[in-house]
Amino acid sequence: MYIIIAGGGKVGFYLARELIAQGHEVLVIEQNPARADEISSQLGNVVMTGNADEASVLAEAGANRADVVVSVIGADERNLVICQVAKRRFNVPRTIARISNPKNERIFRVLGIDATVNTTDVILSIIEQEIPAQSLVPLLRLRHADVEIVEAVLPKGSPLHGVALRDLYLPPESIIAIIIRNGEPIFPAGGTTLEAGDEIVALTRSVHEEELRQTFFAKR
Amino acid sequence: MYVVIMGCGRVGARLARLLVKAGHEVTVIDTNPSAFQRLGSDFPGTTMVGSGIDMDTLERAGIERADAFAAVTQGDNRNIMASQLAKEIYKVPKVVTRIYDPIRQDTFLTLGLDAISPTVIGARAFYTALTGQEPDDEV
Repeated sequence: MYIIIAGGGKVGFYLARELIAQGHEVLVIEQNPARADEISSQLGNVVMTGNADEASVLAEAGANRADVVVSVIGADERNLVICQVAKRRFNVPRTIARISNPKNERIFRVLGIDATVNTTDVILSIIEQEIPAQSLVPLLRLRHADVEIVEAVLPKGSPLHGVALRDLYLPPESIIAIIIRNGEPIFPAGGTTLEAGDEIVALTRSVHEEELRQTFFAKR
Repeated sequence: MYVVIMGCGRVGARLARLLVKAGHEVTVIDTNPSAFQRLGSDFPGTTMVGSGIDMDTLERAGIERADAFAAVTQGDNRNIMASQLAKEIYKVPKVVTRIYDPIRQDTFLTLGLDAISPTVIGARAFYTALTGQEPDDEV
């Protein structure tokens, strides 16, 4: 694939390095000439100096034949503009934007960006995973299908302790994908019984998430 | 009209004053409260400290009932983002955006934004004043 990366900061650099190692054709667009030189001295002739939010720069970068444009600059609004121009002017099939402000996720989606990566959310969910709580920890959202992959840790004294999966009522459009017990994965079958302390990874449609949460954390 | 303006720099402040003088209702948003000094102490409109690319700020500024929105900061990308929020999410009927750097003209056109570049207009006016002629604008 031909992938254009807008932004030669740390994220852009390491992303480029990994993609090149995987055999993809990569071009990094970086506006600071000194930084661009640094990158090319390490990765080779894969950098272009310029401002990726200018249509002429994207044209010179061959955006019209790019499979993906990823914008990983530190300013959300710049990533938005770059991805939008890539998509609307150059018909790039897939655009990905890094965002820092979680509120921008919805905005970017409405404005046509295919995927956003929100580093704040990622870190938040890691923090949440360390905290025992009566809540579902979001692991991944399959946005286009409105599916959430979530994790629940069954609390001590859970009424679900000893309950076999075949006897567990789950909300519609929900399944348990895997159970981690004492660091070991258990691939669930009907006869698998739950235990307090189990980390349950489940998939559910967003609309059923609350019901799923109540299933795992019911007091009764 | 009820107009929301993002950016209280020289252009934004002057625009705000023109609009209130003509009888329109205006709210000006800027991240820097001292920028509002440009409006003068007798400014009858509303001022709000905040970012025009933040939906909460826009909603507090009454964007949902706005007839018009102008993004006139010095940051083209912020202007673009705010204008699209106004146009595509809040469906403001009239949205006008400032281009600070004409090199982004293509970008604005691609995104279907009504854009005005004081840079281009200014240079054109000087050219005409100096030469007595209209310039060929493609540079």
